[in-house]
Amino acid sequence: MVLNQLEELTSRAFDELGKVTNLEELEAWRIRYLGRKSSLIQILRLLATLPLEDRRVAGARANEVKKTFEARLAEKKTSLELAATLSLQRESLDVTLPGERVLLGRLHPTTQILDEICHIFQDMGFQVVEGPEVEWEYYNFEALNMPADHPARDMFATLWIDFETEAGDRPMLLRTHTSPVQIRVMEKSPPPIRIIAPGRVYRYEATDATHEWMFYQVEGLAVDRNITLADLKGTLFEFARRLFGKERKCRFRCDYFPFVEPGVEVAIDCFVCGGAGCRLCGNSGWIEIIGAGMVHPEVLRRVDIDPEVYSGFAFGMGVERIPILRYGIDDIRLFYSNDVRFLRQF
Amino acid sequence: MKVSFRWLSDYVDISAPLEEVTERLTMAGLEVGGMQVIGAGWNNIVVGKIVGVDAHPNADRLRLVTVELGKQQSTVVCGAPNLTIGDNVAFAHVGAQLIEGDSGEVIQLTSARIRGVVSEGMVCSEKELGISDRHEGIMILPPEAPVGTPLSEYLGDTILDLDITPNRPDCLSVIGVAREIVAVLGGRLSIPEIHCEELESAIDSFVSVEIADPDLCPRYCASLLTEVKVGSSPQWLQQRLLACGMRPISNIVDITNYVMLEYGQPLHAFDYDRIHGKQIIVRRAEKGETMTALDGVERTLGQDMLVIADKERVIAIAGIMGGLDTEVTANTTSVLIESANFNQAAIHRGSVNLRLSSEASLRFEKGLSRDLPVVALKRATELMLELTGGKVAKGVIDVYPGKRQVEPILLSAAEVKRLLGMEVGVSEIVRTLELLGFGCEQTELPSSVRVNVPWWRTDISCTADLVEEVARIIGYDNIPTTMLGAPLPEHESVPMLALRRKLRSILVSCGFQEVLTYSLTSLEVMSRISPELQLTGAVPVKVANPMSRDHEYLRTSLRTGLLSVLARNQKYEENGIRLFEIGKVFLPQEKDLPQEKEMLCAVLSSSQGGLSWRGEAEPVDFFSAKGVVETLLSRLELAASFETGGDESLCPGRGADITVGNDKVGVIGELHPKVSEAFELSGTAYLIEIDLDKLESSAGGPKKYEPISRYPSTTRDIALLVDEPITHEQVYDIVKGFSLVDQVALFDLYSGEQVSVGKKSFAFRIVYQSPTHTLTDEEVDKVQQQILDKLARELGASLRA
Ligand SMILES: [Zn+2]
Repeated sequence: MVLNQLEELTSRAFDELGKVTNLEELEAWRIRYLGRKSSLIQILRLLATLPLEDRRVAGARANEVKKTFEARLAEKKTSLELAATLSLQRESLDVTLPGERVLLGRLHPTTQILDEICHIFQDMGFQVVEGPEVEWEYYNFEALNMPADHPARDMFATLWIDFETEAGDRPMLLRTHTSPVQIRVMEKSPPPIRIIAPGRVYRYEATDATHEWMFYQVEGLAVDRNITLADLKGTLFEFARRLFGKERKCRFRCDYFPFVEPGVEVAIDCFVCGGAGCRLCGNSGWIEIIGAGMVHPEVLRRVDIDPEVYSGFAFGMGVERIPILRYGIDDIRLFYSNDVRFLRQF
Repeated sequence: MKVSFRWLSDYVDISAPLEEVTERLTMAGLEVGGMQVIGAGWNNIVVGKIVGVDAHPNADRLRLVTVELGKQQSTVVCGAPNLTIGDNVAFAHVGAQLIEGDSGEVIQLTSARIRGVVSEGMVCSEKELGISDRHEGIMILPPEAPVGTPLSEYLGDTILDLDITPNRPDCLSVIGVAREIVAVLGGRLSIPEIHCEELESAIDSFVSVEIADPDLCPRYCASLLTEVKVGSSPQWLQQRLLACGMRPISNIVDITNYVMLEYGQPLHAFDYDRIHGKQIIVRRAEKGETMTALDGVERTLGQDMLVIADKERVIAIAGIMGGLDTEVTANTTSVLIESANFNQAAIHRGSVNLRLSSEASLRFEKGLSRDLPVVALKRATELMLELTGGKVAKGVIDVYPGKRQVEPILLSAAEVKRLLGMEVGVSEIVRTLELLGFGCEQTELPSSVRVNVPWWRTDISCTADLVEEVARIIGYDNIPTTMLGAPLPEHESVPMLALRRKLRSILVSCGFQEVLTYSLTSLEVMSRISPELQLTGAVPVKVANPMSRDHEYLRTSLRTGLLSVLARNQKYEENGIRLFEIGKVFLPQEKDLPQEKEMLCAVLSSSQGGLSWRGEAEPVDFFSAKGVVETLLSRLELAASFETGGDESLCPGRGADITVGNDKVGVIGELHPKVSEAFELSGTAYLIEIDLDKLESSAGGPKKYEPISRYPSTTRDIALLVDEPITHEQVYDIVKGFSLVDQVALFDLYSGEQVSVGKKSFAFRIVYQSPTHTLTDEEVDKVQQQILDKLARELGASLRA
């Protein structure tokens, strides 16, 4: 009786197992034939009620069946898993297909370098301020120790605004440098002062691969008691180290700008030739990056800061020059003609 | 300023190698911008003496020249017209490198048979040697040139090209540079004494000088030479002028130029006999006065220009250029040499106004020393006596209304330390200043000196100037490096900077490429942003001296630049282009600087992503642009509303005003087809423009956190039928107005066959949620009914069946 049941169970179980095609079905099969509520387990429980001889024979057979089921289960599981793996492999991706394009723009290279410069100085306690691009002659020249007909004005070919006073003067211009911001800041706030002023500047200049009539500068100014030329050197060398890396050499030499005294020019050794001399550096091995100096006592006096009590330094640099050097850009006009094929490279 | 190393060596012994000289000069402020070696390739070229000139057996125009070369002689064929026995010449042996006279190419000299005569070498012209462009004849060397010596030893030179800063006109001279070399490298400066043997008759009896406008002419000196023979100047003098980039003209003119290069004082020589009335008047030009200058151009002079006049007319534009009438010519026998000091501003202004500059004006406009004219005049006189055979009248004219006392400057070691940040002892200060020719006196204070500025240094007037002198002689490379210390100034935040940075980063992440366009444009381009192609609003700020008509007016809108850039980029970019610029526009103001307004402008065109293997990309339309604005504003915590509007650049009915609070902050919309056409755009473009000043002022206060409900939400979808004119916003506002409504989202908009004419259907998903409890179905049903009632009442909306 029990043996018949077992035979029937076995043949049914094997039959069903043959139809199992995935692991979920296999699990259902396991519960059906080996689970706690399965017929097999119930038969095993029934064995206790059988006479001893029958119990022994049926018990042996039932355990045999259970072992067979377990073995077939394991076998089937292995083969199903193998099949699953094989089918995954069949559905594998061409991972070289292009990913979905995420629409992302870029900042103009000038903005990027301005941010970089400003961050470095902000880390050193400088605050970013801005000034007007259309300026009075007074701020652009006179207050910076360049009265009318000063020879240094020739260094700044000026675009004048078509505006005349009743006296017939033409006192309005497009600022030729960011230095007028120095005056505006000092007029407004007493020392201590520590600012940088980025912005556009303009020159009356024919354009070519190395000249543009509109470009950006960053101006810097620090005024306080006991600010020294050594502080200026330290500040600018640290700036150059952070911007260009510590392997670049810096040069700090005497130069002249009417609104500073002593005057300074900072140069770094040439990117291309490393100082040996090449076309980029005009064979000098050095590339000038910053004009600077101690704020001229006349400039301080004009904004009512006592030059015997306070001292300060100022510096200014061209902005486009840095990406030009860094990326080997051979034409400055690329910056503001805004060809997207150029802009996307940064 | 070009300076010959050989010439410099006349005044200072330079033992340091050339690299060190250039390096130290550059560090000290006299930048050596370039260097040119004369005679670098003069191998196999020696000094020779012509000892024989014979006819060529087969050619009339050629000669056989025999040249003595010290240990040997050589006979070569030569076609030059100026072959004289006894002259010293430059002789090139076979193998020498020369510049071919006609082609200008570098060639290597080979042995040649010329008309049957073998020529083993060549007598050279200046051009062949690379000294100048002269090729009419061979170069004649001075009689003292040592025969047999390599030419490079005798004539070779190094020319330094110095960038002299405008504050150092004293260094626009060989002696000035020599002084600097002594200061930075040590050594002794030796400037030879000047000796002139004068005539008995005093100069006053020949000429009188009057300065009518002493404000523009602080000093005027002159000397007079008679019986001069005008001719060409000696080779050595010509050589030095050429080395410094000046063309030799005649001995008289060359000497004035030579002394200018030597001392830095421009001189002018007048033909004395052509000065009417034997009278020099230095005055401002009279109205309408004209003069023909040495360049042959007649110029009308302005009343603020300083001139040199005789009794009747202008004979020179002071400090800029002499007149043709009184020019020294081959017939000149008496010369008046002018050595004066002119007001630098007047010369600069005159030179700018006349668009005429000269070696003289370039020096005068930088402010020369008033002590220089006499020294330079005496030197020029000495050379003229020596080289022109003339005689000099006794004394010099010296009218000096601008004499002034130069005060010494007090300098303390403490001041040096305060500005340099480095300790420099008094003795070191004195040592460095004395190297530069400053006189230092002790003062009552032990750590201070009284400094007398040497007469040639017109640029020194305060202690800071002296501190720079000390620093550059010590060497800027010896200045320590220190960092700024405390206290840090109090900083006020600038919200505009933060706003700009934020906007840029949001726009970039929305796929926009930043551009920066020129601030100047033309009226024509500006007019393109209106469909009538007419300028609206006030006349923009104009540049008086624009470089071109394309860049004449300051932009009043970012649209012009951005749309131009879009059009340019469309030529090679098929995929969608998204551009933005954040920048200033310039709005004119009466008698004041223009208002500089911060604006944001962005444009979108064509499809967003371009071709993709994953299917068609979304097309760009008004709502793509609007989504960008919504993203922008919501990131700034600003709630915006959009009302039909826009402006002239936008398509009517397809533009909107962007309002934040009660302020219109910008516009958005589809570009007007006329505007599109004017900019030659292809396809439809969408424009966004926002006024950042307004945006900044409407920026919300500090943000507050909103608790997240702990209770589940219930979602219901409804489809509403409304009349066509009802806007989404009207419906949305009503629905959103109910307190249990957490979110409302439109997920379908339909008008067409399925609904009756004049109607449209909105489908909304409404999410209900309470912060205090779990909503029951009954509660939600009740609220939804209230919503529907209100929509029906106020908008005539009904549920779509
Ligand atoms: Zn280089």
